[in-house]
Amino acid sequence: MASVQIADVRKAYGSTQVIHGVDIDIDDGEFVILVGPSGCGKSTLLRMIAGLENITGGEIRIGPRVVNDVPPKERDIAMVFQNYALYPHMTVADNMAFSMKLRKAPKAEIDERVSKAASILGLEKLLDRYPRQLSGGQRQRVAMGRAIVRNPQVFLFDEPLSNLDAKLRVQMRTEIKELHQRLKTTTVYVTHDQIEAMTMADKIVVMHDGIVEQMGAPLDLYDNPANLFVAAFIGSPSMNLLKGTIRANGFETEGGVIWPIGKHPTDSNDRAAVLGIRPEHLMLDPNGLPAEVVVIEPMGSETQVVVRCGGQDLTCIFRERITAKPGENIHIRPDTSVTHLFDAATGKRI
Amino acid sequence: MTIAAEARAGHQFSHGWLTRLFDYKPFLVFICLLPALGLLLVFLSYPLGLGVWLAFTDTRIGRAGYFIGFENFQSLWHDPVFITSVWNTLLYTGVATVGKFALGLWLALLLNNHLPFKSLLRALILVPWIVPTVLSAIAFWWIYDPQFSIISYILVDVLGWRDTYIDFLGAPWPARFSLIAANIWRGIPFVAISLLAGLQTISPALYEAAMLDGANAWQRFRHVTLPMLMPILAVVLTFSVLFTFTDFQLVYAITRGGPINSTHLMATLAFQRGIPGGQLGEGAAIAVAMIPFLVMATLFSYFALARRKWQQGEDND
Repeated sequence: MASVQIADVRKAYGSTQVIHGVDIDIDDGEFVILVGPSGCGKSTLLRMIAGLENITGGEIRIGPRVVNDVPPKERDIAMVFQNYALYPHMTVADNMAFSMKLRKAPKAEIDERVSKAASILGLEKLLDRYPRQLSGGQRQRVAMGRAIVRNPQVFLFDEPLSNLDAKLRVQMRTEIKELHQRLKTTTVYVTHDQIEAMTMADKIVVMHDGIVEQMGAPLDLYDNPANLFVAAFIGSPSMNLLKGTIRANGFETEGGVIWPIGKHPTDSNDRAAVLGIRPEHLMLDPNGLPAEVVVIEPMGSETQVVVRCGGQDLTCIFRERITAKPGENIHIRPDTSVTHLFDAATGKRI
Repeated sequence: MTIAAEARAGHQFSHGWLTRLFDYKPFLVFICLLPALGLLLVFLSYPLGLGVWLAFTDTRIGRAGYFIGFENFQSLWHDPVFITSVWNTLLYTGVATVGKFALGLWLALLLNNHLPFKSLLRALILVPWIVPTVLSAIAFWWIYDPQFSIISYILVDVLGWRDTYIDFLGAPWPARFSLIAANIWRGIPFVAISLLAGLQTISPALYEAAMLDGANAWQRFRHVTLPMLMPILAVVLTFSVLFTFTDFQLVYAITRGGPINSTHLMATLAFQRGIPGGQLGEGAAIAVAMIPFLVMATLFSYFALARRKWQQGEDND
């Protein structure tokens, strides 16, 4: 096991720069998730750690060693690919043993490690099968088994769950997390799914257009988003964002509605800003702002309601059951201790 | 009124009868297959059957023959020219196939990389294949000419490595290898393009996975490329063997089986004996003698292929 340091790493294809100087420190044994929309450079960064892409600038260290010019096979890492990349002409056992066979490891050691990995992942009965005889979840497990057998310094996962159906994805999420808690191997995991990131990571790195927007523990990112991008990206349903101006008595939206807000720097008065309120931080209050109900989605444990207030749609999540019909008015107010303000021009948190 | 009703009923009956006939699947299958079957019978089965029949007769041009059993084959067994042609065919097929596959695979692997002008190069590779065989045969005839050969010119006059011009087609062994070289040149594009198509179906992620697993370039070729390419390799190999074994044009246009019958293949000898020689029965017997070899080659690759199919996954997602 080892730590991974990414220092001012850049990547360019010809004159097109796709990663603009990224710094990430990953501690030994940490589970780090790179998350961001398509094309943000997260997969490229992972492939640079793996050695499948050249590093245009900066430095990547695995443990104490700078690996910029170290070929992939000498980096002591294992990767799980999005399409699993299992060798179709080899059995499950051969797939898992391939790297050790190449290293000419003794047969007894290969057998021992393969059967150990198989028992961790529940693959004992499938060892003689070929990949095409397996289901998606089983293939996924074999791909992980292939990584475990290597006993590498770092695990790399490249969107490993995106080819699975929703139910299996939730199950595999738990399995991967459990596996990490058991093996404690440093893990870098790429996904575009912020729920995967929130549920699995020790540390989330939110990337966008080749830069790191914010880095931190899942709930830190949720509670204190550093900018508008992170605020909108993390959380489902996503945060309500209202454009307007900060006033002494609250936040005036473009629709002329005054929202109560919590403490904010007094020098920010009359500044153009964006108010962010998470759906679950809107509460029913007879003295609150009137809002017209647009859509009601009862989910049992909670009710998701889309309301229109000052010409803008907001999503609310209430623990109470709502009797109002679409078209009727309800009264809502935000929990002012957890509202967020962002600068309208820079998107930075105020 | 009763007549009209009866007529209507009769009409309905005949309508229903035709409909039922055309709804009857075996009948429909038969009707749809009829045109293809007819063509196959007239242009494939009949000539093949006639050829096999002729092989057991003493037919000559201008004289209907009598059934003579295996006499043609018995006399061929003791015919040194025929025996030579069998060995020539095996040598020609064996060496040319190995050459075509070695060079074709190498070319396919090269073209599978990112090269400048890749599509232009791929198109150029096909040229030897699309040129009419006789045309390329004439070109090779010039290349192998005892007096005007460009190879001899380069070796003797430009490089000075030899004192005399090479007599490519005048002696048996040089002539055989000259023909093999021409056949390899012609056959490479087919192999290269087919294998290139096979190479492109291999997911790049497999190579990346192998790279991370610690495989070097040779090991990636040995453990990923080759097994994944096996099914298509077997098909292309079968076709290539069949085409080479039955080759006629190249040999007939360049050497006509000479010098002194030393480069005859079975196909050219069959034609030589049957048409210019007039011995239709004997020519047919030589052609029929090729069939066991071809069946064996087909069966071999069929079974090789069947085994691979079991191993090969359809998709890997």
